[in-house]
Amino acid sequence: MLSISPSGVPIVIESSSSAIEQVCERILSELQADNFSKEDIFAVHIGLEEAFLNAIKHGNKDDTTRKVTINYSIRPDEVEIFMKDQGQGFDPDSVPDPRCGDNIYKVGGRGLLLIRSYMDLTEFNEQGNCIRMVKYNSNKKSLVSKDKQPIN
Amino acid sequence: MASTKPGISVQYGENATIVTFLNEKILEEKDIKALQDSVMSVIEQSEQINMILDFGNVKFLSSAVLGMLLRISKKIYERDSQLRLCNINPKIYEIFKITRLNKIFEIYSDLQSAMEALPGQN
Repeated sequence: MLSISPSGVPIVIESSSSAIEQVCERILSELQADNFSKEDIFAVHIGLEEAFLNAIKHGNKDDTTRKVTINYSIRPDEVEIFMKDQGQGFDPDSVPDPRCGDNIYKVGGRGLLLIRSYMDLTEFNEQGNCIRMVKYNSNKKSLVSKDKQPIN
Repeated sequence: MASTKPGISVQYGENATIVTFLNEKILEEKDIKALQDSVMSVIEQSEQINMILDFGNVKFLSSAVLGMLLRISKKIYERDSQLRLCNINPKIYEIFKITRLNKIFEIYSDLQSAMEALPGQN
């Protein structure tokens, strides 16, 4: 369950796959300016794209009248992103492992695995329609305090 | 012989058809659908095909592309044909490793080694 509420100015975008592009450009260029490593930026890009695909497909069910709300904040040692859709939510623990058995041959179901692999912290609200993702700045990892370790 | 279709260029060699993805980023659903249609149309041109997918231009992709690759491989293997992937940059290869699809697809470091690994090659 989310331990922190979204903060910062919300960005509201429509449920079409191209709508995330400008948001990505904005966040990733800010990370570059804040001296996040190329690997961190790649990881955040993966997190944003995959979370957005999940939000519009599984959350908003490709309903273009529904919106996705993104809040983000960048600090010297980490970037924190909240993404909320207007769907009913889901139980992230019920998502099958796409690496196991016949799941590996399925065409979908890898987004959450990639998010969890690339981000340092991933959690959902109780309803399951808002994801919080955190990526630490690996160029400043010594500044990361113990109380900011992943909780799941 | 070579040709271009939406998102790909195609080279028809003696023992392999080489499909090169042209875009640096493959993300949007409509682009992935167009790519898939392009590749499928190449597969459908022959009863059997040795296909090499060249990722040399690709710097970023979403998990939806992995789904597309699985659809392509299914179609190729249904035709008792061969599929190889090559020129995948290290960051993209990491995605294959995380999802364990590096165990499913036959991935080679470059085009030459992918061609040499095809049946009938010395």
